[in-house]
Amino acid sequence: MKVRLVDIAHARSGDKGDTANVGVIALETRWYQVLEKFVTRNRVAEHFRGMIEGSVDRYELPNLNALNFLLHGALDGGGTLSLKTDAQGKVYSTALLRMVIDVPDAEARRLELPAAT
Amino acid sequence: MKKVVRVAAGQGFWGDDLDAPRRQVEGGPIDYLMLDYLAEVTMSILQKQKERDPSLGYARDFVGAMESVLRAVVERGVKIIANAGGVNPPACAAAVQAVAEKKGARGALRIGVVSGDDLLGRLDQLIAAGHPLANMETGEPLSLVRDRVLSANAYIGSEPIVEALGKGANVVITGRSTDTALTMAPLRHEFGWGATNWDQLAAGIVAGHIIECGAQCSGGNCLYDWRSIPDLANVGYPLVEAKADGTFVVTKHPNTGGRVSVQTVSEQLVYEMGDPHSYITPDVIADLTTIKLARDGDDRVLVSGIKGAPPTDKLKVSVAYRAGFKAVGTLVYVWPDALEKAQLADKILRERLDRLGLRFGRILSEFVGATATHGHLAGDQRNAPEVQLRFGVRGPDRAAVERFAREIAPLVLNGPPSVTGFAGGRPKVEEIVAYWPALIDKSVVKTKVDIIQ
Repeated sequence: MKVRLVDIAHARSGDKGDTANVGVIALETRWYQVLEKFVTRNRVAEHFRGMIEGSVDRYELPNLNALNFLLHGALDGGGTLSLKTDAQGKVYSTALLRMVIDVPDAEARRLELPAAT
Repeated sequence: MKKVVRVAAGQGFWGDDLDAPRRQVEGGPIDYLMLDYLAEVTMSILQKQKERDPSLGYARDFVGAMESVLRAVVERGVKIIANAGGVNPPACAAAVQAVAEKKGARGALRIGVVSGDDLLGRLDQLIAAGHPLANMETGEPLSLVRDRVLSANAYIGSEPIVEALGKGANVVITGRSTDTALTMAPLRHEFGWGATNWDQLAAGIVAGHIIECGAQCSGGNCLYDWRSIPDLANVGYPLVEAKADGTFVVTKHPNTGGRVSVQTVSEQLVYEMGDPHSYITPDVIADLTTIKLARDGDDRVLVSGIKGAPPTDKLKVSVAYRAGFKAVGTLVYVWPDALEKAQLADKILRERLDRLGLRFGRILSEFVGATATHGHLAGDQRNAPEVQLRFGVRGPDRAAVERFAREIAPLVLNGPPSVTGFAGGRPKVEEIVAYWPALIDKSVVKTKVDIIQ
């Protein structure tokens, strides 16, 4: 079953130099495992291909039902150097929430995940 | 010892809501008001102001804030902690004293002035003594840009603030203190936390991280269920009610808008997060994966479980340096084929700049309304009703950037059709003041506290 991240998580992003961070937080505690399993470092790197110049790191925060991603080389130099509208990486958050993941039907039903429409 | 200490945040950056400090001292009981004014670029702006006038170089908004909270300080004993001193904490203190005198509160303020973070005057000596101040991201030595440096400040921790409070200060003014130390220091002072009470110190840092961006933890900029967040026009800024064991509740004053919930606090916790296992500060390294959040009634979130570890022997240094010039120009293209027209204008502009022989370190064009922030993820935007071409250049040559600024307007008449939105005039050429993050041995940074009455 196809599931949109925006239906199962919320997010906030910020910057540190030329790196944007995106914290993605599951809307329900039981959906954190879905984020952990399907929103992998590689999947996120693939999602942002062509938009960022560097690599992606992922950290897990099960205590907050959250994952934290670092997107390196995402801000055209960052800070005052950047020519981007989103020089401080404020809306990479919702860009990540555009992701659609493919969850096996049984698992999706068990966790009552909302299907992408 | 107080059982509960209340620290309220009244300012999340220089430019935040001018009335928030007053609302924080009048909206309910608090012990401390914490005001954070300094972002990375702020120090260089303040340094430029100080060069023009040696009595400036601090966040002038703070003087107005002090005026608005003076009665609470004098009559109710609320203490103020602010990094408003910028590159000139003594001048900031003098300005605050002048306001107190004007309001008839002469002698009521005991101001602790923290200095020692400013390394600008010591840079050559430090480099000569073997401190390369290498860029944390690129590894390059500071000597590469030394002649273009505008300001250099070490991020200092809670100790000098605790010292000032210990000496009876009711207003503490610092330069480049870390944002989080402004909240942690009063808790450390009140509860007598030692320099090795890692878990409590880390809890104080996390409390600081949650409230340092003002209303961003109490409903502002919150994506979770954003439509339901009430009365943002009257948003309540956050405060923490902390206990000696390191647990604290995040809340806001009654009868204010916004919301404090596990979700609003979680969003703020992940904001600007790096490696959550080591949130490094001068006092302690906090492990953000140990934080537990729980609802504690309406607009109350209990925070507990935080673990800390000893800090490193380095301090972070923020150096600002001149890094060339930039300008950004915009034009709006309209349906039909808005995106395609904007793309053609972009192509034409690049060709013209090239023919003029102008060279830039970077040219970036974005299509606002289509792909500017979400790129290809935004999907097919060929039917967008309007698209803004946002065209920016940067480079070391001011004349080239200025010449570029004259190339936008002609496109209105000699480029693609259905174009508008040039009322703002020619793009403004700005000098870029860039940020150079570095580390330095803690032992070479000596902070000092002066008490002014």
